[in-house]
Amino acid sequence: MSAIAEEIPLSERGPAPTRIVVSFGFWLFLLSDIVIFSALFAAYAVLAQRTAGGPTGAQIFDLKHVFLETCCLLVSSFTCGLCVLAMERRSHTMIYVWAAVTFVLGVSFISLELSEFIGMFSRGINPARSAFLSAFFGLVGTHGIHVTAGLCWLAVMMGQIATLGLRPKVAQRLVCFSLFWHALDLVWIGVFTIVYLGART
Amino acid sequence: MFGKLSLAAIPWNQPIPLITSAVIIVLLAAILTLVTYKGWWPYLWREWLTSTDHKRIGVMYVVLALVMLIRGFSDAIMMRSQLAVAAGSAAGYLPPEHYDQIFSAHGTIMIFFVAMTFVIGLMNFAVPLQLGVRDVAFPVLNSVSFWLTAAGVLLVNVSLVIGEFARTGWLVYPPLSEIAYSPGVGVDYYLWSLQISGLGTLLAGINFTTTILKLRAPGMSYSRMPIFCWTALASNLLIVAAFPILTATFAMLLLDRYLGFHFFTNEAGGNPMMYINLIWAWGHPEVYILILPAFGVFSEVIATFSGKPLFGHRSMVIATMAICMLSFMVWLHHFFTMGAGANVNAFFGIMTMIIAVPTGVKVFNWLFTLYWGEVRFTSPVYWSLGFMVTFVIGGMTGVLLAIPPADFVLHNSLFLVAHFHNVIIGGVVFGAMAGYTYWFPKAFGFTLDERLGKAAFWCWFIGFYLAFMPLYVLGLMGATRRMQHYSDTSWQPLMLVAFAGAIVILAGMSFTIAQLIYSIKTRERRRDTTGDPWNGRTLEWSTASPPPPWNFTVLPQVSGIDEFWRMKHAGKKLTSGAAPPPSIHVPRSSSLGFLTAFCAVIFGFAAIWHIWWLAILGLVGAIALTLNHSWQLDTEVQVSAKEIAEFETRRKVKPG
Amino acid sequence: MKSNGTAQQAEDAPGEHDADPASNLQSYVIGFGFAIVLTLASFGAAVTHWVWAPGLPVLLAVLAIAQMGVHLVFFLHVSSSPDSVNTVLALAFGIFVVGLVVFGSMIIMANLNDYMMPMQQLMQMQR
Repeated sequence: MSAIAEEIPLSERGPAPTRIVVSFGFWLFLLSDIVIFSALFAAYAVLAQRTAGGPTGAQIFDLKHVFLETCCLLVSSFTCGLCVLAMERRSHTMIYVWAAVTFVLGVSFISLELSEFIGMFSRGINPARSAFLSAFFGLVGTHGIHVTAGLCWLAVMMGQIATLGLRPKVAQRLVCFSLFWHALDLVWIGVFTIVYLGART
Repeated sequence: MFGKLSLAAIPWNQPIPLITSAVIIVLLAAILTLVTYKGWWPYLWREWLTSTDHKRIGVMYVVLALVMLIRGFSDAIMMRSQLAVAAGSAAGYLPPEHYDQIFSAHGTIMIFFVAMTFVIGLMNFAVPLQLGVRDVAFPVLNSVSFWLTAAGVLLVNVSLVIGEFARTGWLVYPPLSEIAYSPGVGVDYYLWSLQISGLGTLLAGINFTTTILKLRAPGMSYSRMPIFCWTALASNLLIVAAFPILTATFAMLLLDRYLGFHFFTNEAGGNPMMYINLIWAWGHPEVYILILPAFGVFSEVIATFSGKPLFGHRSMVIATMAICMLSFMVWLHHFFTMGAGANVNAFFGIMTMIIAVPTGVKVFNWLFTLYWGEVRFTSPVYWSLGFMVTFVIGGMTGVLLAIPPADFVLHNSLFLVAHFHNVIIGGVVFGAMAGYTYWFPKAFGFTLDERLGKAAFWCWFIGFYLAFMPLYVLGLMGATRRMQHYSDTSWQPLMLVAFAGAIVILAGMSFTIAQLIYSIKTRERRRDTTGDPWNGRTLEWSTASPPPPWNFTVLPQVSGIDEFWRMKHAGKKLTSGAAPPPSIHVPRSSSLGFLTAFCAVIFGFAAIWHIWWLAILGLVGAIALTLNHSWQLDTEVQVSAKEIAEFETRRKVKPG
Repeated sequence: MKSNGTAQQAEDAPGEHDADPASNLQSYVIGFGFAIVLTLASFGAAVTHWVWAPGLPVLLAVLAIAQMGVHLVFFLHVSSSPDSVNTVLALAFGIFVVGLVVFGSMIIMANLNDYMMPMQQLMQMQR
């Protein structure tokens, strides 16, 4: 054996540990989800001007409302990070606290978005009116469905931590959830810039 | 209560679907009765339906592909026979509304449920063995992927019995596929079936990419990885990147159909051309998803049976990854005639020609591998040689079509149909048959009969040329695709030749079935007792045939490419004398895949027929099952040292 | 795995942190701070008239990309370390595909639109 330690390259160390395998697999899933959003963004970009005599974005978007939604989601992304840090410290109380804050902020986001949509529907602004509105509701609605699914997942994770404890499997899942939640905020950056602020330009 | 569903959904007044459905139902009932009578259910449930073993799942994928090949091919025979007679004033025997469903079903089944499933099945079986590991990254997810695909298959086949299929072609272009022009359930069957199986495929893509990048035997760096694994990596990366586009586009069409959205409608500002753009952004990578693993099979087969390492391994890898990237940059060539300007058309035409270059590199590498090798002309080599000739011709007609002015004449003609069958049959089907023959002994412990295999090859090869060369000529003469009848009787002789070709291909398929039955009956004559029937080069041949559930008792330590070949010739053991482990953990089998797919079928069927309460039930069921599974802690089974030792002993004392 | 006293580089799972909790918290706080600034800047630019109008789309795009970068680096912990090569390569491939789908579609559809006969004329041909 030589006196100098020979580092075995990463690619030659054999099968990677489970936590890396799970995280990487989930990362790939996130990328595939981003591609779904890219198709919806492409459809929005192409159809945004096709209002068929109906309302345009500048006429129906309330930027104060959107700013509030953005704040909710951004802060929830931050508190989600704090939740994961609490998990690494094994501090059960703080895990639940930060998860609850994240959950409340997420629910606020969804409520704000739902109130926006319901308000629009009551004024006859619905996806069947024009291609622009179809693309708008399709894109923003899909994001909202993802957020809702994320909130359900968060609730399930709290249930799992409560019943199964912080075993490796559960901890990995919480990390995956945080990746998902951050990615949703990332997609929202695209949404508020291109859809809402873009309508102003 | 039952949405749009009623007894009128059964095709009482259409004899062909009615009789076919009856025959299929009787056959299925007979098989299920046999299985029950013989008491095979516990075995099937335990060892196959709930298996999380990649080898079992791979076999099930291939079985599914072969069964669906029969369905897809019977559609083809119907089309060819119709066109053989429907010249001039003769109307043929298939009314247009039925013919339209036949060509739509043919394309859908052949691409999604034969080609994709075969290729995924081969990758499932071989990749973990070639990488020297015990299983894929996510074994339960693997089972879920298979069963979701099977769910899609079931839904498409149910459309034969209850309702109808799409009449729009295999990609259901709007506006024809919109609710205004296709108010029936056909397009919905198509969309839901493919959304469900598409999810399965995407999950498989994630699974395999993770496996290849993160789970390899110790010492197996990327440059020491077998070439089939490289092509599998490229193919699965494409699945992860391209299938979401399909999912999103179909979702948009579903929103149009179900909720009155206007993404692709003619009214209210919708843009049908956007659908075509998006669907081909998926569609082109899709054909590379199919062909890259086939290329990988040929690389393995040619190297093994030439007794030489693959020529130009590094350039093969670079060519593969180049094809992976380039396949995303050519998609407009599927709609040159849709009206883009010359600049845009020219860009994509040139990119299409460029993508032929790495493929050419591969062909030369295969040729140079064969050159000066001691070539053993087994049936996998026949399939490989047949591929090289056929695929090159198909590729050349592809480069011809890549020239936009030429495509303006030939788009949607029979020339195009001949081209894509040329590359898919010559490439994917021949590759699948080569891989099937090559890995069969590893999966089942005995080789397939060679004579019947070669007979099958010759029938496929000759049949292909008879069936499709006339179509090139017909295309140049002006014949279009998807036509149920034609008025120019001078086309009929060529149509008859094409029909004859289809019959010869039918003979080829019969030989393949006969080969399987005969080989099973006489399997003792061709037992593979060493695990290495072909004098192979890669790690899968170092295991027993069939391998134990845990694949390798001790994971091999890899120090070079074609590790097994190196070890054989160095006279060394693969694992350098490392002691067997005290126990090995294998994934526990799981009913999640089967049951979730059952819920998916319920959901899909209910969504198609607008039975909303049932759809919700199906969805809730699938979610509940997933949640239940996530609470399971006990996901692995321990194989004891005693069992491992017994297996190894049995292997050593096998006669032969 | 061997080592003669020198620690081998451990592989990073996507989203994984260093062992040091303080630097992790710092990472989130800094990222959060940047994100707030960028968000305020975007909304501010859009609702007020501080920015020359024709330049606004470019500014918004730059701010959005910057904030996505902040999220990737500070929240998702995507780094350029040699141990997260797979993660970065996968991300690069994803960005490549997203770019092609979005910008490719926009270019193609705009081109098709330019060459398409105006709707009025098309409808007249139907009669």
